[in-house]
Amino acid sequence: MRKIELADVTAKIKDMFIDACECIPENVLNTIKQAAAEEQSPLGREVLGKIVENDLLAADKHLPLCQDTGVAVVMLTIGSEVVFEGDIYQAVNEGVRQAYTQGYLRKSVVRHPLDRVNTKDNTPAIVHIKVVPGDTFRIDVAPKGGGSENMSTVKMLIPADGEAGIKKLVLDTVFNAGGKPCPPVIVGIGIGGNFEKCALLAKEALFREIDDHSSDPIARRLEDELLEEINKLGIGPMGFGGTRTCLAVKVNVYPCHIASLPVAINVQCHAARHKSCTL
Amino acid sequence: MIKLTSPVDDEAVRSLRAGDTVLISGVVYTGRDAAHKRLCDLLANGENLPIDLNHGIIYYVGPTPAKPGRAIGSAGPTSSYRMDPYAEPLLQQGLKVMIGKGSRSPEFKQLLQKYGAVYLSAIGGAAASISECVRKCEVVTYEDLGAEAIHRLEVHNFFAIVTYDSVGNDLFEQGIAKYKKI
Repeated sequence: MRKIELADVTAKIKDMFIDACECIPENVLNTIKQAAAEEQSPLGREVLGKIVENDLLAADKHLPLCQDTGVAVVMLTIGSEVVFEGDIYQAVNEGVRQAYTQGYLRKSVVRHPLDRVNTKDNTPAIVHIKVVPGDTFRIDVAPKGGGSENMSTVKMLIPADGEAGIKKLVLDTVFNAGGKPCPPVIVGIGIGGNFEKCALLAKEALFREIDDHSSDPIARRLEDELLEEINKLGIGPMGFGGTRTCLAVKVNVYPCHIASLPVAINVQCHAARHKSCTL
Repeated sequence: MIKLTSPVDDEAVRSLRAGDTVLISGVVYTGRDAAHKRLCDLLANGENLPIDLNHGIIYYVGPTPAKPGRAIGSAGPTSSYRMDPYAEPLLQQGLKVMIGKGSRSPEFKQLLQKYGAVYLSAIGGAAASISECVRKCEVVTYEDLGAEAIHRLEVHNFFAIVTYDSVGNDLFEQGIAKYKKI
C-alpha cells in the first residue's frame, strides 16, 4: 500500500488552481495563435490577437487571465493501493479555499442556488473521484467559467436520431450560444451512458489535451467532422463573424441502453485552463 | 478609432455605428446580476439610485481582487443577456452605454432605439489586458456583494466594439451573415 498525505493534496490543489488561472496551457495558446493566423475576418483576427496578448500578459505579470476564475472542478484518479487518513473532499476544498483567498482569485460560488449568498472562498469544489488499479494518485483541475457552462446542454436522443441527430444538436447549441461563451470555443461532447453519465463524459472530454485525438475511431471521425462544420457556422471570435468559431471538438463515448442515445454538450471558452499532476 | 468620454454626449452616442471600435475614457460604473436587481428594486420602490447614471456607462464585470500595487484585478466582461430584464429602468435614468459580451434580446435592441443608447462589447477573456486601462477603482455601494459590488472605475482608452447601435444595427447578425457557410 502507498500512503498519501492529505496535506500534500491540499498544497498541490492550491498551487494548481493559482497556476491554472494565470497561465494558459502552451498547447491552448498555440492553437489560438494558429486560429489567429487562419481567421478570415479582420475584426476576428484583431480579437484573437488581443486574446493572445492578454494571455501572455497574464502569465508574465501573474494575473488571472480571465476575471471568471470559475467553479473549481477537480478530478482525482486514485489507485486502489493508495491509502490516506482523513477526508479527501475536505483536503481538496481546503486547497481551493487557500487558492482563491490567498491567490487573488474571484469567489464565484453561492451557498444555495436560490438564496445566492456568496461562500466567499469559492468552496465547495465539484469533485469527481475515479478508482483504478495500482498505486497512482493523479489530480486534474479546471477552473470552469460560468459564461460557457451556461451554454451547455444535455438531451436524451433516441437511437433513430443517430449521428445526424447528434450533429444537429451540437451545431444548434453552438450556433444559439453565439458570442456568449467567448468563442473560439472547445466543445466537449459525451455520447452514451445515461442521463448523468453523458454529462460527466462531456466534462471529461474537456479535460483532455486540446491537441489529442480520441482512440475510438467513430468518436475521432465525429471530432474532425464537427470541428469543420462548427467553423462553417460563421460565429467567429467573440461572435462578431468569422471562420474560427471552434478550436477543438472532444468526443467521449460509453455504452448505453438499447432505447437511448444520451448526448451532453459542455462548452468551454477560449480560456481553456486546466492543470494535471501525479503525486 | 473613435474616442468616447464619459459623461457621454447624446449626439456622440447616436452617431456610433455597429462595427465601430472605440476607446473609452472617464468614469464607468460596474454592475452585474445582483447589483442590477438591487438598483431596479430601489427604482420600483420610488427611491433614488446610489449612483448617477445620467449620460453614464455601465460595464458588466465582476473583477478579481486587486493584487498589491494594482488599481483593479483582472476585469473582462461578463455575458450581457442576464442584465436584459433590468435594462429599461436604468435607461430611464439616462444610462447611455452598456459594455459586456454576447448577444441580447430583440426587446433590448428596441430599447436602445427608444432611448438613444448603445451596447458595446469588450473582449471576453481579455481580463488582464483590460485591467491595464483602469486607473482607479473604488467600491461605491453593495460591498457585501464582493466582486458583484458596484465599483466606480476611472478608465483610460478602454477598447470596445460597438455591437448594437441606436438605429437597430447588430454587429453579430451582420458578421455571422457574412461568414456563415452551412
